[in-house]
Amino acid sequence: MMSKGTIFLTALAALVGIGTVLFVLADPEETHEVPRQQWSFQGVFGQYDRPALQRGFTVYRQVCSGCHSMSLLSYRQLAGIGFDENKIKQIAAEVQVPDGPNDQGEMFERPGKPFDRFKAPFANEQAARAANNGALPPDLSLIAKSRAGKGFVGHEGADYIYALLTGYTNPPPGVTVAENMHYNRAFTRGAHQIAMPPPLQDNSVTYEDGTPATLDQQARDVAQFLSWASEPHLEERHRYGIRAVLFLLIATGLAYAAKRKVWSAVH
Amino acid sequence: MSAQFKNPIVRWIDHRLPIFSYLHHEAYEYMAPRNLNYWWNFGSLALFMLAAMIFTGVGLAMQYTPNSDLAFNSVERIMRDVNNGWLLRYVHMNGASMFFIVVYVHMFRGLYYGSYKPPREFLWQLGVVILLLMMATAFMGYVLPWGQMSFWGATVITNLFSAFPWIGPKIVTMLWGGFAVDNPTLNRFYALHYLLPFAIVGVVALHYLALHRFGSNNPIGIDMKGPQDWIPFHPYYTSKDLFGLGVFLIFYSVWLFWAPVALGDPDNFIPANPLSTPQHIVPEWYFLPYYAILRSIPNKLMGVIAMFGSVLVLIILPWLDRSPVRSARFRPAFRRFFWLFVCDCVVLLLVGKYPPDASWAPFSLQILSAGEAEHASGLILPLVTIGRIATFWYFAHFFIILPLLSVFERTEPLPLSIGKPVLDHERKALAEAK
Repeated sequence: MMSKGTIFLTALAALVGIGTVLFVLADPEETHEVPRQQWSFQGVFGQYDRPALQRGFTVYRQVCSGCHSMSLLSYRQLAGIGFDENKIKQIAAEVQVPDGPNDQGEMFERPGKPFDRFKAPFANEQAARAANNGALPPDLSLIAKSRAGKGFVGHEGADYIYALLTGYTNPPPGVTVAENMHYNRAFTRGAHQIAMPPPLQDNSVTYEDGTPATLDQQARDVAQFLSWASEPHLEERHRYGIRAVLFLLIATGLAYAAKRKVWSAVH
Repeated sequence: MSAQFKNPIVRWIDHRLPIFSYLHHEAYEYMAPRNLNYWWNFGSLALFMLAAMIFTGVGLAMQYTPNSDLAFNSVERIMRDVNNGWLLRYVHMNGASMFFIVVYVHMFRGLYYGSYKPPREFLWQLGVVILLLMMATAFMGYVLPWGQMSFWGATVITNLFSAFPWIGPKIVTMLWGGFAVDNPTLNRFYALHYLLPFAIVGVVALHYLALHRFGSNNPIGIDMKGPQDWIPFHPYYTSKDLFGLGVFLIFYSVWLFWAPVALGDPDNFIPANPLSTPQHIVPEWYFLPYYAILRSIPNKLMGVIAMFGSVLVLIILPWLDRSPVRSARFRPAFRRFFWLFVCDCVVLLLVGKYPPDASWAPFSLQILSAGEAEHASGLILPLVTIGRIATFWYFAHFFIILPLLSVFERTEPLPLSIGKPVLDHERKALAEAK
């Protein structure tokens, strides 16, 4: 028989418990600015879609790389999106990179090699700002990871990139867009006003594999390429994970059996 | 103490350095209560995590460069180019969160079963010292990748010390090694981040010695009275701990392999930039309750004192709760207040996560920003208010509830022994009911 005080306390604790659960559930998972998309690299067995990565690289090379650096990547790492050695050498050789000094003590330029980092479009931050109305185009090496939503259920960085690239619209009535700025639904960081002009149009690139280069397709492909660039070891991580969990399930099962056996004398 | 070993080499060594006798004593002669439940697994899990963090940390230190110009890229080099570097780094990064999960469960277990009560007060206090050292280590470790949240987190937290009158600014200059968070700050944090874990190892050894003075508390919370109450640590608890470790590693693996960055802040993948402040500076999840307490108090100095006080109060806990009954099983009112306190900590954690001007709409299951709350209808609760109530309750639990319960609570009768947990009159009542 519980006393009145105990019943009151039980009710209070239950009420606060329910309130706490409701508070936890209020955690925002998705925003209407950045809707969730399906990507091949999600889930337990998720892997990158190689053709999409290669198309995404085409978009990066022909469009994004005009303003955005990708300083953490080297050409050799393009093996990760399925390019062979010759293709990588050929891609690297298309840029001139500074080197030296040579045995005359002079600096010189040479064609890029696979071990070179992706060549940046501007020599320094000041040059980048000067060419872009004072705005600095961010480095894209980690853009997918740095724009992901927070938490276990947060959106992927790819969702954000896709939403941003397809998010250019006319401003809603009453909103004035500042000079040299553009209205973008997904750009909540800057109150929807972004310095980057709409970078992609239908057919702004031509895909080698013949896929129609719609704006939507390009945005989807480059979002996947940039996700790969942020997390190039994702596939290996998933493979390790599956093996680790399978091993642990068996080992833990054995440990449980052993524990039962040991404890059978006590129980 | 002196065990007889068959192996002559073991005997020879043991005679000169009784390491084998010691191990034999710990495994077979150290008696543990027979009724420990799975909540008692978290002590050995914490020890496992400490070892895992030190091993992976040493590996990372071989590749990391503590320089404000190079640190961010050296971490990315570990992630991209070092063989299995991504694995090492993710084990360490998620390991911090796992370590805190394990330690928080370990502490709540102690709170529930009264493990801080005589004669284990000092054991409990050493645990609080370990927690403080862990917090310092985790904070400094988070600064090392030198991302935006590293830099701004370091700026906010070190600035807190400036609230103390007179010595405050001096402490801050000493922490920074200059007049702003910069390369000297990173260097000293790296040195301390490498040093403090070994200090933790030292305090853990003391924690272990203090534990073995009286042995583990147990779910019933009464002392062991005879051989019917205890079992040797090995093989009983070694086998149970091993099984628990397996379950824990599966949980750890899910985070590690499928959501390795979910517990962190995306802004920390942007290199530190002293000229650009992130929209919303938040610490890692395990510091959020303290952060909520800090922000709930309008006065900076009082906020800082309350934040540190929220941990330091645990030091005097054995004297705030004077109830002679240890386990919450026999304390009906305490048990309910305990769960209220757990809810309170969860609420504080979430309040700390959101911007201070946000609000909670409980019936539409939404957190609203300041702008959204202006136009919303229905019940809207500002998080500042929730945070203040939760902060008040946190301290009220220790300074009002527990002392009052010690006096007024009617506890239930305790069993006579661990080996015979059912009271005779209860057994009689059960038989009559049948």
